[in-house]
Amino acid sequence: MSAPDALAATILAVLVIYALLGGADFGGGVWDLLARGPRAARQRETIAHAIGPIWEANHVWLIVAVVLLFTAFPPAFAVIMTALHIPVTLMLIGVVLRGSAFVFRKVDPRGEGGPSGWQTVFAMSSLLPPVMIGVVAGTVSTPVLGYEDGVVTGGFLRPWLAPFPWIVGFFTLALFAFLAAVYLTLEARDEVLRADFQRRALASAASVAALGVVAAVVARDAAPELADHLANTGGGRLVVLAGALALASSVAALLARRWFAARAAAVLAVVLVLVGWGWGLHPWLVTGAVTVREGAAPPVTLRLVGWILAGGSVVLVPAFAYLYATFHGRVLFPQALRRDDDAPGG
Amino acid sequence: MDNLFAARSQMAVSLAFHIVFAAIGVGLPALMLLSHAVWLRTGSRAHLRLTRAWSKGLAIFFAVGAVSGTVLSFELGLLWPKFMEVAGPLIGVPFSLEGFAFFTEAIFLGIYLYGWGRVRPGVQLASAAIIAVSGAASALFVLSVNGWMNAPSGYVPGAPGTPPSIDPVAAMTNPFWIANTVHMLLAAYAATAFGAATLHAWRLLRDPANEMHRAGLRIAVGVGAVAALLQPVSGDVTARLVAERQPAKLAAMEALFETRACAPLLIGGIPDEEARTVRGAIAIPCGLSLLARHDPQATITGLEDIPEDEWPPVAPVHFAFQIMVGIGTFLAAVGAWGLWRMARRRPLHEPRALLWALVAAGPLAFVAIEAGWTVTEVGRQPWVIYGIMRTADAVTPMPGLVVPFTTFTLLYLVLAVVVIVLMRRIALAEEEAPAEDEPEGFPA
Repeated sequence: MSAPDALAATILAVLVIYALLGGADFGGGVWDLLARGPRAARQRETIAHAIGPIWEANHVWLIVAVVLLFTAFPPAFAVIMTALHIPVTLMLIGVVLRGSAFVFRKVDPRGEGGPSGWQTVFAMSSLLPPVMIGVVAGTVSTPVLGYEDGVVTGGFLRPWLAPFPWIVGFFTLALFAFLAAVYLTLEARDEVLRADFQRRALASAASVAALGVVAAVVARDAAPELADHLANTGGGRLVVLAGALALASSVAALLARRWFAARAAAVLAVVLVLVGWGWGLHPWLVTGAVTVREGAAPPVTLRLVGWILAGGSVVLVPAFAYLYATFHGRVLFPQALRRDDDAPGG
Repeated sequence: MDNLFAARSQMAVSLAFHIVFAAIGVGLPALMLLSHAVWLRTGSRAHLRLTRAWSKGLAIFFAVGAVSGTVLSFELGLLWPKFMEVAGPLIGVPFSLEGFAFFTEAIFLGIYLYGWGRVRPGVQLASAAIIAVSGAASALFVLSVNGWMNAPSGYVPGAPGTPPSIDPVAAMTNPFWIANTVHMLLAAYAATAFGAATLHAWRLLRDPANEMHRAGLRIAVGVGAVAALLQPVSGDVTARLVAERQPAKLAAMEALFETRACAPLLIGGIPDEEARTVRGAIAIPCGLSLLARHDPQATITGLEDIPEDEWPPVAPVHFAFQIMVGIGTFLAAVGAWGLWRMARRRPLHEPRALLWALVAAGPLAFVAIEAGWTVTEVGRQPWVIYGIMRTADAVTPMPGLVVPFTTFTLLYLVLAVVVIVLMRRIALAEEEAPAEDEPEGFPA
């Protein structure tokens, strides 16, 4: 694998982690917004409790992805930020409002208990980033962004105001909501609440499947290269098939109330969606405009970034593991959850 | 409003907002660490409450700093894509390192804030220390980028059609790196400490017996005074580097139009760029030569010897520099007063004049940070990469930038008001917390 390919794969891996962690935090916002019925307050409490200690660390993965993009592939960063200025800005507004409202709700001495204005802002603004991230991912998969000598052709609206980017946008939202609901079946402290999130997980899995099929159909015309790589190569077919199977397995496990299996399958499904996207997009970073090879920064930069990533991981991995073990240790492994459920007052 | 001006305004608003939260994100963990350590050693209830109040503040400032910092990392491309195409492979290296520092800070902040009663006391205290260190490390890496924009080492433009030759390590270790970092770190500690002092002094004016606020004021004045008294030394080093590397910026700071030996130091005054004069300034003979070169007879380059299309805006830079130095002097004086009282074991909650001076010190300290940042960045104009790329050549072709500029300005104004209201509520709530409460953590 060449150095640019390795860096591109690293960025994809960072995006996978961001989807699995940060994406699920946005999904939690969706279920906060849709909390209904007599257990609405307890649903929201479960969500806030699950997100609380970890959302900021999860959010850093997005910054790492964008830093790696502008360091290793400056022209790709330039063309995306120029042509997709509006969806990226909308995403940022969502990021600012979501994070601020979440922490305001937590520390406001008058905001304890009960729904408050902060909670509404938090829930509403959680919708914006997933949709806009999907819109950006969808647009760079379509051959509409031109880039020559620092000038972007294709306009600032037309490329992303098309059906395909928005289908991918809502697909992303559904995917994050699904992931969050599956995680929350394990975070829930009793069977009734668990059943609430089970229903939500099943409903969002159906949306993911439906939007996935629509995206696949629309992609044939809108993103022909992506569709071709996924439909007509061995690797592409394998990823698509495995992804569909993973989603189906997660649904089956949810119905069988096997929560850990459902989560493992859901995680696998999300990984495969992103791997499939990367597989379909390659060799482009921005279809028709920037390739991995031509867009890469000079070798000296790629080499340094590789060393920094390797060295940083030595610090990061144990610290992240400690964070999750401290606050989510209960739900990391089946044995721990059983112990906790058996414990008096747990 | 033309597009370049809108882009510059949006960047200015975003940075002016973020720098406050970033500075507090660096400074407040240090205060909290001290207070937490005192509580663990002595079991002082006042220090427990203080630690909790400060940690809630840190939760807010860190979160808003994190999201506004995210906005900035994207705005680099949203507003200055051509700058990023050139600079990305160089400044991406310190930014990548900063990513890991930021990770560490976010992870241990989660452990600290949610760790009450869940992690061992030693682990929680260590988390506070890690937050403080990684916050300072973030500043180190971000200031490297800022230093490079002002002294772009490690970049040699190629002949037309050929790529430039780059050396990211040389870029990261640019001449301004360490001097800028020290200056900014001291500013962050001073501003955060005096900001905390403002809150505590303001409450002590009403309730001089409050133990939490007394404890808070002691720590805040101690840290703030040391930082403010060291700052002039750091400022001197930085100014001499500017004199050496960016004569146009130094000339604008001092509104020096004429190149001359024994250049005077101007205090106040209104520069007139058309007439190339300064009205109403107090001139200290040979003062500038002495400060910038440590030699009263040294020749200092005036703006007359710099092409006019390479002048930074003179008046804003001159005013900002005067404001920064003036406030810095005031802070050092107030800090020395406080230290003097502490050294003689006198309380800080009297005389009332000291409390009033401290109430004023916090907001002024943040004005000084904004002013200092104006000196560096407006003083760098018209360049985005000093001597290599003009700001006007870096801006995005995206039309209608006045819309995002207005949007982010309103958003940040609302957030600023909310944060101030919340800080007041938190301070009042901790005052009223029942005496026998246990440190079980925050309500979920």
